[in-house]
Amino acid sequence: MVAANATSPKKGKSNSKSAPSNEEKLQYYRDMLLIRRFEEKAGQLYGMGLIAGFCHLYIGQEAVVVGVQSVLNEGDQVITGYRDHGHMLACGMEADGVMAELTGREGGYSRGKGGSMHMFSKEKHFYGGHGIVGAQVSLGTGLAFANQYKDNGNVSVSYFGDGAANQGQVYESFNMASLWKLPALYVIENNQYAMGTAVSRASAEQELYKRGISFDIPGEAVDGMDVLKVREAAKKALAHIRAGKGPYILEMKTYRYRGHSMSDPAKYRKREEVDDIRSHHDPIDGLKKLLIDEKIATEDDLKAIDKEVRVIVNKSADFAQTSPEPDPSELWTDVLREV
Amino acid sequence: MAKMTMIEAVRSAMDIMLEKDPKVIIMGEDVGYFGGVFRCTAGLQEKYGIERVFDTPINESAIVGMGVGMATQGMRPCVEVQFADYMFPAYDQITQEAARIRHRSAGQFSCPMTIRMPTGGGIFGGQTHSQSPEALFTHVAGLKVVQPSSPVDAKGLLIASIEDPDPVIFLEPKRIYNGPFDGHHDAKSVGWATHPLGEVPEGYYKTELGKANVFREGEAVTILAYGTMVYVAEAAVKETGIDAEIIDLRTLLPLDLETIVESVKKTRKCVVIHEGTRTSGFGAELIAEVQEACFYHLETPIVRVTGWDAPYPHAQEWDYFPGPKRVGRALVETVEA
Repeated sequence: MVAANATSPKKGKSNSKSAPSNEEKLQYYRDMLLIRRFEEKAGQLYGMGLIAGFCHLYIGQEAVVVGVQSVLNEGDQVITGYRDHGHMLACGMEADGVMAELTGREGGYSRGKGGSMHMFSKEKHFYGGHGIVGAQVSLGTGLAFANQYKDNGNVSVSYFGDGAANQGQVYESFNMASLWKLPALYVIENNQYAMGTAVSRASAEQELYKRGISFDIPGEAVDGMDVLKVREAAKKALAHIRAGKGPYILEMKTYRYRGHSMSDPAKYRKREEVDDIRSHHDPIDGLKKLLIDEKIATEDDLKAIDKEVRVIVNKSADFAQTSPEPDPSELWTDVLREV
Repeated sequence: MAKMTMIEAVRSAMDIMLEKDPKVIIMGEDVGYFGGVFRCTAGLQEKYGIERVFDTPINESAIVGMGVGMATQGMRPCVEVQFADYMFPAYDQITQEAARIRHRSAGQFSCPMTIRMPTGGGIFGGQTHSQSPEALFTHVAGLKVVQPSSPVDAKGLLIASIEDPDPVIFLEPKRIYNGPFDGHHDAKSVGWATHPLGEVPEGYYKTELGKANVFREGEAVTILAYGTMVYVAEAAVKETGIDAEIIDLRTLLPLDLETIVESVKKTRKCVVIHEGTRTSGFGAELIAEVQEACFYHLETPIVRVTGWDAPYPHAQEWDYFPGPKRVGRALVETVEA
């Protein structure tokens, strides 16, 4: 479908170790940077009118998906909502195919049928991008059921936001997952705002990790701006799940720098609030400091990584503009199985 | 061959598929231990174990949503929604996830799930246990919609649905679970045991989806019907003496237009009947299709007989139900026009 390139992060062999190696820390840096640069480029292409419709950028939240992915095993499934580009890149999906789906081209992961919010990769066990808030949580629970039924040892990871955390079917799913001790990890990406509604204006209980209490699901709040803390928390949660003890909730306290989508008046928060997080809690800057302080890498090493990432992202932008438009016949394909 | 009610036929289909394919599971509210509110799954949990036939909490949205997740991983969930009236919380999952995951993943994932729902009225269920929501499904690209009218079709169609690679809404007309019903509610009820369509092969067989059945051959007018209304049509034909051709659609989506058009071109007249409400009901689609394909063959306007545009009533159930008198009147008007 898309040209092979070297964007795939190494999956999960590290999860038996107590601490990540220096190489792994560098890999997290690179993975987060790839998402950031990719999203910046997507924002540019959107501004140029090359991406139409909806586009929800993940900038600021990179540590969440990179940290969790770093401790997954081959075959574990990932499913999420509409802010999904970062998850795809973290799963090892190629930047070319993701960007080309954003521009609605034949080379996109869904051949232009899905767009930004609806992309999949069977090969990478990525079960989508879903545009309906919270709907993916039930699907993720079904994926967990299938893991248990097949006894394949895999875990499904369902990501959803603080907004989706108030959807009824999330709790229907929690109940069944706990009742049947399904291998399901629920990751609440609490980026503080459901579109323009702050958590405090929408949620009676703002500590979302507590939302599993009445279903007997353990939960934990995590600094979602620190990839190493995310990794540790995910590792602990996955050990619980893989031991057959049932689902686990991780509430990632994170922050999105950009608007909810590309048409966000940004009147619901102050510029200073965003600036403060960017200056003092940025997940990439934080890891960069650690890498340099611990002499794992030099400024030049990190610049080289940035350069390498930019090459991948620029190439994806080129691909996304040169890949042909889908054939008109694609409108009617994949509706039902063709006979 | 064995004598079966529609309940037993549906159960036999699930039994056979559970035996044949380990990817098949049955889930829903009270389908396991209790055996289903209409007993359709009775005995299956005992036979196949709680891992494969199991009760869920009362949460249709997540039941269907989980089914989508299972199906994308290659399982074949056969889900029961206890009454079609209870599907509304799951409508989002049905229309936006199950029906569309194949398209938006460009064929990487599919959803081979069957959702069974008892449908229609005639049991004094009132407005939340009597509805016929088929048109809410036939409006959705990516679904198949099936409604059998007899035990023998129910079994063959359900096996075909479970084996189908796409999501199927399987509507079971609950008024005829135990016997054909011609709309004369005050008459003595008849069981399937004495009806030829209650003769059901015991083993595996499929009734192809997308194929209508010419239930009665005739020359004077074509009646398009499905589910319970097939027997109402039959009664109206008998009572008026009009030689109508009755087509039992069996599958609403995809629609067997070929059989319909062939019949209407022969009879040159058409009456469409269904129990659901009139406005934007499935009859509207049938009429549009027939007039597009048969306009120059039609001698009279196409007429429809349906439930009224009102919530399904309790006390006035038989005033609402489009019984053989109303259908007969439409036949007479059409033939004499």
